[in-house]
Amino acid sequence: MEFLETLINGLSIGGTYAMIALGYTMVYGIAKMLNFAHGDVIMVGGYTIYVILAQTGYPFLGLAAAILFCVLLGVAVEKVAYKPLRGASPLAVLITAIGVSYLLQSSAQMIFGSAPKMVTLVHINSINIGALQIEGHVVVTLISSFVIMLLLTLFVKYTKVGRAMIAVSEDKGAAQLMGINSNAIITLTFAIGSALAAVAGFFMLLKSPSLTNTMGAMPGIKAFTAAVIGGIGSIPGAMVGGILIGIIEAFSLKSAAIAPYTNAIEFLILIVILLVRPSGILGKKRREKV
Amino acid sequence: MALLEVKDLEVYYGVIRALKGISFKVEKGEIVTLIGANGAGKTTTMQSIIGLIPIRSGSVVYNGNDITKTPCHKLAKLGMSQVPEGRRIFQELTVYENLMMGAYSVKNKSSFKDDIEDVYKRFPRLKERKNQIASTLSGGEQQMLAMGRALMSHPDILLLDEPSMGLSPLLVTEIFDIIKEINKQGTTVLLVEQNAKKALSIADRAYVLETGSIVLEGDAKELMDNDDIKKAYLGE
Ligand SMILES: Nc1ncnc2c1ncn2[C@@H]1O[C@H](COP(=O)(O)OP(=O)(O)OP(=O)(O)O)[C@@H](O)[C@H]1O
Ligand SMILES: [Mg+2]
Repeated sequence: MEFLETLINGLSIGGTYAMIALGYTMVYGIAKMLNFAHGDVIMVGGYTIYVILAQTGYPFLGLAAAILFCVLLGVAVEKVAYKPLRGASPLAVLITAIGVSYLLQSSAQMIFGSAPKMVTLVHINSINIGALQIEGHVVVTLISSFVIMLLLTLFVKYTKVGRAMIAVSEDKGAAQLMGINSNAIITLTFAIGSALAAVAGFFMLLKSPSLTNTMGAMPGIKAFTAAVIGGIGSIPGAMVGGILIGIIEAFSLKSAAIAPYTNAIEFLILIVILLVRPSGILGKKRREKV
Repeated sequence: MALLEVKDLEVYYGVIRALKGISFKVEKGEIVTLIGANGAGKTTTMQSIIGLIPIRSGSVVYNGNDITKTPCHKLAKLGMSQVPEGRRIFQELTVYENLMMGAYSVKNKSSFKDDIEDVYKRFPRLKERKNQIASTLSGGEQQMLAMGRALMSHPDILLLDEPSMGLSPLLVTEIFDIIKEINKQGTTVLLVEQNAKKALSIADRAYVLETGSIVLEGDAKELMDNDDIKKAYLGE
């Protein structure tokens, strides 16, 4: 029973990581850049929820506002900071992204101070199935994140725009020949990634109400790890990687002896997987250009 | 007025001057071929016309519109389509999805079914493999897919960059027959080839490109009898 509970916990944590990892992997696949500031979008989402909740008292209005604000922020950052660097060296882009990350963290600190804010969203009762007892936020996160993953998969697989995203990620020039506006596809990718980050911020606050300006940093790095484990650039890869990291985390935290080393274990697994499969679990081997 | 007119086109890669101010025209209904050795600048010409490589100076006028600075993704809607060098089909997508991408710029959705049937009729092998992932197609099938994909946008002019590359002689003949047929049905063709013999045999007119400059131009049949051409490009 305990095993099953831990597994469900892990799937739920993994769902949150997957939401974040998808943003990393889609932006990497389509804009060919590592958006180091992606984790901080979660934090911006968190503060948006905090503000709206304080003003109106409606947590879901907070979530909607966070999604909207993060989408606008993600798209604006792409336009202002990353787009002018298209074609520049990857290092220049990475350093810019790190700069954006610090800018977001410092801005949040200036506006809200450095003391943690408490954001109590909604209390959801635990669910009992026989001897199985699962916390309410776990159920909500698990179900919502898996529904979102399913919807995203359907969107990418079965819509024309979704297929165009894959086309741009594979060959931007050829996609442009088809009449696909690759800049618009990149903007859309940032928008989707940022929306998912806002949702992840909501899930995190459901689980633990403490909000700080660095709340996105560690989950960001772990979700990036998840994306690399799954195969960076691969959408199903980010889902698998995120869920895997979530399950490992849940089981590792369960044992008092191992718990302090949870982060180390996750990064160790990254190293092992990259040694065995350098392109990640579902990653493609890099094809030579013809 | 020519359908496509390139004037004094200059293109640089960094400090390398890849096109040294070339000019040529393609009239409506023609097959015009651009022949030249490796590195002459054929692909550079094709890609700069369609906006994939920036133009340093000169102009490209298509259908009376200056498209020198028009972004690539707007040209499909204007009736210009390209089968790029190396085919560049979308490897992760199925045959059907590649054709769907070819129709991306077509706003009228109702014609899609007919268009795709037309492509299948022209390339029956694509129909048999419509749900196959494109990366698993043979080289010849990939070329057919690249051509089918380019036709999905109803081009007025089709730019073909080395359609014969890597194909068996039999398949080359088949592909060239298809090019002729597409042209007969009303599509103007600009054809880049290293296989000069084949290209001249189906073209109306030809230009010879050498290290970024056009050194010879004329009627395709006449160029085939030109001694310099025979020696340099036809291996006679
Ligand atoms: N991306 C690039 N960067 C620098 N130089 C380039 C680049 N692409 C092409 N060149 C150079 O420009 C010149 C023309 O190249 P281009 O590809 O247009 O030749 P081509 O006629 O198509 O040759 P091929 O028959 O081999 O395809 C060559 O000297 C090539 O080395
Ligand atoms: Mg070439």
